[in-house]
Amino acid sequence: MTATIEVNGLRKRFGPAVALDGMTFVVRPGHVTGFVGPNGAGKSTTLRMIVGLDRPDAGTATIGGRHYAELTRPMRHVGALLDPHALHPARTGRNHLMWLAASQDLPGSRVDEVLALTGLADVGRRAAGGYSLGMRQRLGVAAALLGDPPVLLLDEPFNGLDPAGIVWMRDLLRELAAEDRSVLVSSHLMSELQDMAGHVVVVGQGRVIAAADVNDLVGEYASLETAYLELTAGAGGIR
Amino acid sequence: MILRAEWIKFRTVPTWTAGLAAAALLVVALGCLFASGSQMSCMEGTREVKCPAPPTNADGVAVEDKFTFVHRALTGDGSITARVGELDGTITYPPPNHDQIVSGIVPWSKAGLMVKDGTNQGADYAAVLLTGAHGVRMQHGFTHDQVAPDFASARAAWLRLTRAGEQITGFVSADGTTWQKIDTVRLKGLPATVRIGLFVTSPSGVTVNEQSQGGHTVQARFTQSTARFSQVTPAGGWTGTLVGHSDYRTGWQKTHPPGHTESGGVLTVAGAGDIAPQTHAEGLPVERVLTGVFAGLVPLIVVAVLCGTAEFRRRMIGTTLVAMPYPGRVSAAKAAVVGAASLVAGLAAVAVTLSVGLRMLGANDVIVLPVPWTTTLRIAVGTALLLALAGVFAYGMGSLLRRAVPAVVAVTALLVAPPILAVTSVLPPGLGVWLLRLTPGAAFAIQQGVPAYPQLSAPQTVFDGYFPLAPWAGLGVLGLYALVAVAAATWRLRRGAA
Repeated sequence: MTATIEVNGLRKRFGPAVALDGMTFVVRPGHVTGFVGPNGAGKSTTLRMIVGLDRPDAGTATIGGRHYAELTRPMRHVGALLDPHALHPARTGRNHLMWLAASQDLPGSRVDEVLALTGLADVGRRAAGGYSLGMRQRLGVAAALLGDPPVLLLDEPFNGLDPAGIVWMRDLLRELAAEDRSVLVSSHLMSELQDMAGHVVVVGQGRVIAAADVNDLVGEYASLETAYLELTAGAGGIR
Repeated sequence: MILRAEWIKFRTVPTWTAGLAAAALLVVALGCLFASGSQMSCMEGTREVKCPAPPTNADGVAVEDKFTFVHRALTGDGSITARVGELDGTITYPPPNHDQIVSGIVPWSKAGLMVKDGTNQGADYAAVLLTGAHGVRMQHGFTHDQVAPDFASARAAWLRLTRAGEQITGFVSADGTTWQKIDTVRLKGLPATVRIGLFVTSPSGVTVNEQSQGGHTVQARFTQSTARFSQVTPAGGWTGTLVGHSDYRTGWQKTHPPGHTESGGVLTVAGAGDIAPQTHAEGLPVERVLTGVFAGLVPLIVVAVLCGTAEFRRRMIGTTLVAMPYPGRVSAAKAAVVGAASLVAGLAAVAVTLSVGLRMLGANDVIVLPVPWTTTLRIAVGTALLLALAGVFAYGMGSLLRRAVPAVVAVTALLVAPPILAVTSVLPPGLGVWLLRLTPGAAFAIQQGVPAYPQLSAPQTVFDGYFPLAPWAGLGVLGLYALVAVAAATWRLRRGAA
């Protein structure tokens, strides 16, 4: 079960604000898991903690039972798209992937594979500063896929994508999950998730409100959107 | 792995590689500009001539070797003894009014006994001598100087010099019966037959005028000394040679020529010149060609700082730490990459500047002060290391402060400003000296070609291009700053990522 993400009792305060208040859930391989909740519910903080960028006050986040910091060549275990703007604008997209590949001891040929896979083959040699948000999202996905990891974490991957891009992303994520990977996708696009996700984790105020199969929620509430609105009513994110 | 990733990061930002190239080109261009604009000519009497290259000692150090030598051959081991005293002489046009020729001796006028490998300038020697105001001393090889402790203010003394193989020993005595050894020195490769005898010389009289707006001016004037040598053994058979003198004589010298007279076993010897390491007066210090380093440092500092700050400005540090969740190793790898890239750029710039610049100076008949090849190598490699450490320091400061402008200002103020301000006498000398000990600017000591010698009368302060720290010690100060900056940046990164 190397592909399972286990988040267990994460707590985090930023000054007086409680960001995470006992966040607990499990992401299993084989289907896309939607990660939904109002802004400020703690989704991004949770994702950052899984990859070791933020330290929890309490609780653990493990991938296949191991902490992220214990992984050697971590991008071969976990691919993450957290911030599509975290690029040097003067560096080309391809070179951005080249240094990442080098850091994971991956061959340069892998860079061209993921560029082709994400439709960036033609623009890979242009400075990333000129990329649209959609292109940056694709580059972020390319980086996440570089190490062919069994676990993927994607924070708002649909932002900035055009309709064709959204369809492409949906199909890609579905395919990746079908290859028995764990795919955790945070998003506000309920209709996209309803079509794509097998499981959904609904969070609010730093903890899990509901974790259920999408089919069960749709059966109960008619649509994922309705389910989300009902479940998160009163759980405004920003306090 | 991490190193390779960081190297790819560095070389794939075009402005960074361009900045580094600009730094190297500035060093080369300013060096060549300086060399092409340099001229030098010398006066021989009233004639303007091409400057002669100064003689060098056995180590290749430029030296001054000009004195009156009254000598005879010595084959195999032997010694010479004499009573030396009545040092007297002439100083031309000294302060305050600079309108008279007065009698007197300068502190470093020298009279004594010498063993020398022939009479050519630069030939190896050892001597025991009486000075104008610094007592009895033993000197050899132009750069070595040892005082006779009990005779530090003697005005006359018995001197003896003995040769045994390559060993030369100097003795001093107050009465000619009890002798005190000053030192034994070894003259490597000294042939069986050498010249042994008496000598007198007298360096220029020097006055240093402190300027009210900072810095100083130096005035030098011709002097000549005479000394009496009595009870000389062995006696007779003397040849007089004016080592290092041209045929030109001033009007005064025509009536007071250097040389020697002998009457009743007493030799009176008159001489002018000096036997000492050459200072900047007679040639261009080789490091002057590398002054473009100051300008080249500016783009280098900017590039290195940006390497540190870009990670934070673009929030790229998140991507970096997700790929390589080891902040300490990432920080060290980045410092190593910036340092290595700066070192390579520095080595290339220095190699080109020195080879092209020195050739251009040669074509312009400019005499570059000879230094041992080891010194030239130290200046070249040391300058490249200075650039490398400057890169590491600037990266560390950028990474620590996480803001480009404050980091560039801080590094420039600490590294580039102190040597410029101190040497151009903007700062009072005391402050300048301390800044060049305590700030990373101390590293420029690595470029000093001619060390300071206490046995010289010319001023050797920071204004004259002498740094307070030894070359490698100075570079070490910058190394320490670089280490601390990178360590602090690493500590901050570990404490809380991005």
